Amino acid sequence: MSLSRAEVEHIAELAKLNLTEAELDQYAVQLSAILDYIAELNALNTDDIPPTASVLPLKNVLAADEVTFGLEQKAALANAPDAEAGQFRVQAIFE
Amino acid sequence: MATKIQTPAYEAVIGMEVHAELMTESKMFCRCAVVDLTAAQPNTAVCPVCLGMPGVLPVINQQAIEYGIMVGLALNCEIAEFNQFARKNYFYPDLPKGYQISQYEFPLAVNGYVMIDLPDGSTKRIGIRRAHLEEDTGKNTHLSDGTSLVDFNRSGVPLLEIVTEPDIRNAEEAEAYCRKLRAILQYLGVNSGDMSKGVLRVEANISVRPVGSNEFRNRTEVKNLNSIRNMFRATEYEIERQIQVWESGGSVVQETRGWDEQKQKTFSQRSKESAHDYRYFPEPDLPVLEISREWVERVRAHMPELPDTKRERFMNALGLSAYDASVLVADRPIADYFENAVKAGGDAKIIANWMMGELFRLMNKSGLEREQINEISVKPEQLVEVIQLIEKKTINNNAGKKVLEIVYNKGGEVSHIIQSEGLAQQSDEGVLRTAVMQVLDQNPSEVTRWLNGEEKVIKFLMGQVMRAMRGTGDAQAVQRLLEEELNKRK
Repeated sequence: MSLSRAEVEHIAELAKLNLTEAELDQYAVQLSAILDYIAELNALNTDDIPPTASVLPLKNVLAADEVTFGLEQKAALANAPDAEAGQFRVQAIFE
Repeated sequence: MATKIQTPAYEAVIGMEVHAELMTESKMFCRCAVVDLTAAQPNTAVCPVCLGMPGVLPVINQQAIEYGIMVGLALNCEIAEFNQFARKNYFYPDLPKGYQISQYEFPLAVNGYVMIDLPDGSTKRIGIRRAHLEEDTGKNTHLSDGTSLVDFNRSGVPLLEIVTEPDIRNAEEAEAYCRKLRAILQYLGVNSGDMSKGVLRVEANISVRPVGSNEFRNRTEVKNLNSIRNMFRATEYEIERQIQVWESGGSVVQETRGWDEQKQKTFSQRSKESAHDYRYFPEPDLPVLEISREWVERVRAHMPELPDTKRERFMNALGLSAYDASVLVADRPIADYFENAVKAGGDAKIIANWMMGELFRLMNKSGLEREQINEISVKPEQLVEVIQLIEKKTINNNAGKKVLEIVYNKGGEVSHIIQSEGLAQQSDEGVLRTAVMQVLDQNPSEVTRWLNGEEKVIKFLMGQVMRAMRGTGDAQAVQRLLEEELNKRK
């Protein structure tokens, strides 16, 4: 399975990565290799195995609707690159 | 829109998407408090989970699931036995994890319907395609300097997305759907219905097509609808806009459009298609959720009465007309107010008349929405007190209206106001007769006209007596005494 350069470009855009032309070529090859490796799993016969999103034998892990206090505002903002008026400050993004 | 195209040749095809925050105590996947965004200090109801810090794990809020089941049942949906959450991946500053936990392939509720009530008294069935649970995002405030401030108090608040089939054909039906859905959510006690605070958000997917065709043409998704009125106007506008685009030989672009309240127009919010590649995949941090039939039945057993059932009861047990019952059940606070008044000992039909007459008039005058009836200073017991005083003839109808208006505007006790304003009904025959005779003496020409057979003059004389008594006279007694005294002058 080979990823096209256009697909790599699309993925880079979704991931907000600015890649150079050289990087696009390089990652197209490397990502394709990773996909090919994963694709080896297709050799297994899984006809009788139901698909699952989890390997843990768990279901219905639920919490009661009871409030516990989390972080003070100051602690919440401690790692923010920039903050103002108790809020995180970011570069505006308009869709 | 300058001119409305007078053509019956098009019909609209509308599907609605509603996002309803669920009024749990804590958030969907962490135990931070759900707070009123407009009142709480920013970033004070947050923790590492809803801030998307590394290494944290979400845990599903059981109450949110049960609220979701309640809504699903109220919308006549099948509740899915197998539920799985999914990651919806996109980058935006209000989404700290870089993904939203939602449901995709396996929603909580599917294949339902709701009966909507149209202005002409008819009902229509609107299909519900699905309702699924997810988490709300934080809130961005854009500043003029090119930066945005982000408050994560809302991040992780339980959100139920409810999607209809494209069964809605015009703005009236869209409004009726919103009103009915909002009433159901309010009745279930899972959402306040306050669109201005953003706890209930509506989007309309709109396309138009020639009447008689079954095709689906390009649709637009209209957002920024922060009230039912705006939703109605935006929908009407968008239908007309699309008809004009097709009529002028163009074609409608499939896109997202916002509603500009100032300009009363929708406007394009076109975004790059590639931005909406959400790469959904099953949420690995959450085990699957199985909802047993027993669980569904336990939830069903605790569901409160819904609007349609209440309307039937108002009609059958309390003798209200279909119209009155519909108006009174349309907003839960109105229905509660009405029922409290009936409990306080009043006649249901008379209470309904006074609520829909005087109270609604006073509320309209002061710009209150129906659902804000709890904020008015006239309590249900006071309305009943006024009605009973009228029945006992302590005050007359007009004085009752005056008392209500004073309590509404300034508060206070009904009995005090009647005393201080001198509104008690005057039934003392001696007093009334004196007033009647004075009026007759002061208006000799009207008396002559009456004596000459002009019977309707009595209305004028009646008005004069009532005015002289500042509206407090017992109207029936005044009428009787007027006739007596006039006859004496024959």
